[in-house]
Amino acid sequence: MSTSPNMIFVIAHKEIRSLFAMPSTWLILAALQFIFALLFLSRLNAYLQVQAQLTQLANPPGATLIVAAPMFEALALILLMLIPIFTMRLIAEERRNQTLILLKSAPISSTEIVLGKFLGLFIFLSIIIIACSLMVMTLALGTSVDYGLLLLNVLGLLLLAASYTALGLYFSALTVQPAVAAISTIAVLFALGLLAGISPDSSIAFDAISPTRHFRSFNNGLFSSTDLIFFLLFSITFVLLTWHKLKNESA
Amino acid sequence: MSEYITLSAHNLHHHRGQREIIRNVSLELKRGEVLGLLGHNGAGKSTTLQALAGVLQIDSGRIEICGFDLKQHAQEAKSRIGFLPETPPLYQDMRVDDYLTFCARLHRMQPADIAAALIQTKQRCGLQDCGTHIIGTLSKGYQQRVGIAQALIHQPQVIILDEPTVGLDPTQIKEIRMLIRELGDAHSVILSTHLLSEVENICDRVEILHHGRLIYSDSSAGMQQHGQQPGFIVSLLTPPTISVLRAINMVTQVEQLSPTQFKILHTHAINSGDIAVPAALLTLAAQHGWQAQQLVPLKAKLEDVFNQLTQDS
Repeated sequence: MSTSPNMIFVIAHKEIRSLFAMPSTWLILAALQFIFALLFLSRLNAYLQVQAQLTQLANPPGATLIVAAPMFEALALILLMLIPIFTMRLIAEERRNQTLILLKSAPISSTEIVLGKFLGLFIFLSIIIIACSLMVMTLALGTSVDYGLLLLNVLGLLLLAASYTALGLYFSALTVQPAVAAISTIAVLFALGLLAGISPDSSIAFDAISPTRHFRSFNNGLFSSTDLIFFLLFSITFVLLTWHKLKNESA
Repeated sequence: MSEYITLSAHNLHHHRGQREIIRNVSLELKRGEVLGLLGHNGAGKSTTLQALAGVLQIDSGRIEICGFDLKQHAQEAKSRIGFLPETPPLYQDMRVDDYLTFCARLHRMQPADIAAALIQTKQRCGLQDCGTHIIGTLSKGYQQRVGIAQALIHQPQVIILDEPTVGLDPTQIKEIRMLIRELGDAHSVILSTHLLSEVENICDRVEILHHGRLIYSDSSAGMQQHGQQPGFIVSLLTPPTISVLRAINMVTQVEQLSPTQFKILHTHAINSGDIAVPAALLTLAAQHGWQAQQLVPLKAKLEDVFNQLTQDS
């Protein structure tokens, strides 16, 4: 079957609509904004206290590096726990509610189903990331902001979200139970996150597969094509695995 | 036009683990025909229907929908099918209108045609007043209707319904059967059921599936005559002696059920159908004043035929 962007969009549109139809989505969004605002305030407060001493340094770090960058790092951690909650439903729940049959009996290819679901959730996550970034950008009201660092962080978060979503989508395709999908996704993401903590000289090969470690360069304002390619490969691999799983099974 | 074959399946095989679920199933469906698939639980009805709808990947066999191979031209073939699985595939948190619109889009309907199709389909399925209701809040009967509406909205040529009347109350069953009958005029319908009365009422043709194989295929009227000698029961208020009745041409057996009731079996009349003997009897009754009151043709109950066919010997 040919793949048409139109059908991908039909699936993506349905995913976004059903996300916003659930009260839990709104609750999570509200709680996230609240926690993020609290973090932001405390971070800002800490910065204001040390600001006087910082000015005595020869080359003082700016507010973007001291306040914004750690905020994005915190958001990366929040996404790690948040995304599995959203990805678990994508396929496992359709399977449990017997609605996957509807998609499989429709003239729509597995490629379109997988890409549509991935895109739908990714657009939703982009809204979260952009909303949080806008909050951080209020720094511009009081000081000059390093927009390069800020945008690089947003790009890094989007790539990170894409790779987490792809992984979650795959685990969701493997099981009938959404909870199982969520738990296994969180477990794997945590393990990958912990790999980034291992000191580089002892196991270079291991932390190379950790998305958290690759996000760190973006977080520090370093754009390297290696990291970009890593995220793209990571996402594409799991989207392909999901496609393969979905194509070769009988509902 | 009426001979146009909308669905054909050849030699479908499928097994799960060691067990063969369907074996050598071949089916054909013409436009304007309602085909009933009968069978015990576990006979392979759902598997067959899922295979026909392209949901299940079968081990071997070929399925064509309106001339399009279901594997090679999946998109063209699937857009001509409407499928209602055993459990209606409903998103409980969606509104009926949104859900049906989504289904129409999934089947690649033109956006301009969707609004009209939505109104027509809702009217057909008796859902006019439910458009803004959330599917999860509807009763089981209405959910089933939404499931059927989902299979119809894109005007498919072939409609596949897996136990469409399960869980409905008698009035609803009657309505759904009328709807299926109506659909059978312009589309092809294949439905599975274990309710024999359903087959008697709405199907043009019956296929019986037993242990994964098709063991019997006939028109549903033909099935009622299966293995049955023609005959009738007649009430005569002032009957003659039995020997007089036996003497009527072609009568093979007369049995007295009560002082006034007789069961009469006769051979098949070749030219005049099976009405020659009753007609002759009524003429005699009028001539001799037997006061014929009631004449009921003997019909095999579908149930008996079904049991007879699916008996494990």
